[in-house]
Amino acid sequence: MPRNEPKRITGEWDDGGDRPRRSKLVRYGVPVAVAGVAAATIGLVPAFAGPGAPDLPEISAQDLIAKAAASDVQQLSGTVRISTDLGLPELPGGMSAGAFGESGGDKDGGAADPKDKLMELASGTHTLRVAADGADRQRVSVIDKAAEYSLVRNGDKVWAYDSGSNTAFRATGPQAEKHATPRSMGDMTPQKLAKQALEAAGDTTSVTVDGTAKVAGRDAYQLLVKPKQAGSTVGAIRVAVDAQNGVPLRFTLSPKSGGAPVVEAGFTSVDFAKPEAGTFAFSPPEDAKVIDGDEVRTQHDRKAENRPNKLPGLPQELTGAGARDADGMDVIGHGWTAIAKIDGGSEGKGEKAATGRKAGATGDAAAFMDSLGEKVTGTFGSGHVFSTRLVNALVTDDGTVYVGAVDRQSLIKAANAAK
Amino acid sequence: MSRADTRADTQADGELGVSGDRAPRPLWSLGLLRNELGTTFRRRRTLMLLAVLACVPVLVGIAVRVQTADGGGRGGPAFISLVTNNGLFLVFTSLAATLPVFLPMALAVVAGDAIAGEAGAGTLRYLLVAPAGRTRLLLVKYAAALAFSLAATLVVAASALIVGVLLFPLGEVTLLSGTAVPFTEGLLRALAVAGMVALSLTGVAALGLFVSTLTGSGIAAMATTVGLVLTAQILDALPQLAAVQPYLFPHYWLSFADLLRDPVYWDDIRSNLGLQAVYVLLFGSAAWARFTTRDITA
Repeated sequence: MPRNEPKRITGEWDDGGDRPRRSKLVRYGVPVAVAGVAAATIGLVPAFAGPGAPDLPEISAQDLIAKAAASDVQQLSGTVRISTDLGLPELPGGMSAGAFGESGGDKDGGAADPKDKLMELASGTHTLRVAADGADRQRVSVIDKAAEYSLVRNGDKVWAYDSGSNTAFRATGPQAEKHATPRSMGDMTPQKLAKQALEAAGDTTSVTVDGTAKVAGRDAYQLLVKPKQAGSTVGAIRVAVDAQNGVPLRFTLSPKSGGAPVVEAGFTSVDFAKPEAGTFAFSPPEDAKVIDGDEVRTQHDRKAENRPNKLPGLPQELTGAGARDADGMDVIGHGWTAIAKIDGGSEGKGEKAATGRKAGATGDAAAFMDSLGEKVTGTFGSGHVFSTRLVNALVTDDGTVYVGAVDRQSLIKAANAAK
Repeated sequence: MSRADTRADTQADGELGVSGDRAPRPLWSLGLLRNELGTTFRRRRTLMLLAVLACVPVLVGIAVRVQTADGGGRGGPAFISLVTNNGLFLVFTSLAATLPVFLPMALAVVAGDAIAGEAGAGTLRYLLVAPAGRTRLLLVKYAAALAFSLAATLVVAASALIVGVLLFPLGEVTLLSGTAVPFTEGLLRALAVAGMVALSLTGVAALGLFVSTLTGSGIAAMATTVGLVLTAQILDALPQLAAVQPYLFPHYWLSFADLLRDPVYWDDIRSNLGLQAVYVLLFGSAAWARFTTRDITA
């Protein structure tokens, strides 16, 4: 036996009977301890970082909204994390391709087109780096696996660069501004999302201050927005507002059904110092394919006509469906429980549901979802209900569509009433 | 048994260096380490592995070069669309292509064989006869595995650079953020990327070493390690397992690409290094516990 053992250890082992076993236990204790410490760190760090609610003086909801509205922070840079979980069925055709790094699929020449990128942001979790310096210098970079998509606005020049396809997208002037960017892209920052939520407030909505929170290392008040109407599928909207300068730092939309937020967008780090001037300088790499914004737009519009990618539940700003016409649509009810009624299964019709979040579904999408719906009947006849975590849609057999961020009963009631 | 011979040499060295009362020298494991490195890198198998790894960039480079004629396109390993414009990107593409399978597999061969191979060949007991100590032997084995992973990474990077220079234009490097940096800075970043890739493999090396202490068969240890590496990556690709994925060792491997952003995005790189450190500590200590307490019968 001792012939195999290193001398020092052999000495010990010869001492007593149960020494080896004890020493064995002690030694195996080391990896167990390492595992324990690692597990504890993983379990406890979020717990420590999360609810460390800072002590802040009381503030009324109104003051807080005013503070946020009055906020004149022009310069910031930071990292934003956006998670969207609409509870949509997994779509063929790589809707969520962005989540897997290489966004595959049949990207056309417009791979750097901001519109396509916005579609990707509408599902899964994404990390964005944002920087702003005044009203006309912004930069947003979407951090993908081994790729990056940058959108840079400097004065009247707008550049988008997609490293995955080495394509740059150029747009200039006010028209470009409307088409491409920071505005629509800005909708994804906490600022814009929060503003939308605040605008939706009214007699249908309760707005309160719900304690404090620590976001990206900064003290913040939590503004809690809740629909008063019963049928809404929206549980609560929480906006964390920086206690010092009123900048909204995090936006969370939770469904009434509970579970993970449908949309959560918040800074994971933020800095209110002036970003480096170089941040907003962009010149396309020599070797990049440069696409002119106007050309792409015409191409894109042509393609969009036969592409069934407008999904219910996506904020309209994301789907870019806003420009589509909205004939054949009625809005039933108001506030959170507004329901859009769309007549007929005619092809390619855009439609709007109500409140701050609008929904759109083309005839194609409806046809696709036909296989996924749940059969319901009422005095209106019969139809299918299609559910996501936020938006429900009722498609009657005669082709009328009722859609809104409301529960199934409200949809059926609306359909019954409409008959 | 030429290996046993070499061992005998070191042991002789060790004896000479150690003074009468056997107090450990400050550079106590250098002799053993030097010997272990020599044994590892002189082995024909190691050289074959490195040669195969060196071929990967050649294949990728030629494939891209041939394919460019009809326009290229998206898909394939990361950065592949950027290679035609700058040969330096072949380094990143090759590393991204070899990191998931080739590099861990080569490393698994070396790390998995470290203890189990000696046991299988019947040389382990002779190694332990020397006053080296098991802990020291394990550390030396691990160091050799790390040295191999660094060498393998550098071989891939160097081969890719040579192929890139030969087949593609060079010049200013466009980073992922669209910023152009001088070629020299690009080279520095490439070196940093290679370093990151080597560091990403430290976890696999520890895992392989642990598996290696469990069995007396080198082949079994290699196969198990490779199997674990592949399993971890399959699990990492299943969307349903999103909750556990951040704790799988390959999860942040591609974060080396974050070195190519402007400014560098550190979050995932930090996560990667932290995760690898946890795996090294966990499996390193497990290997130590197992190896220092088990009976050596071969």
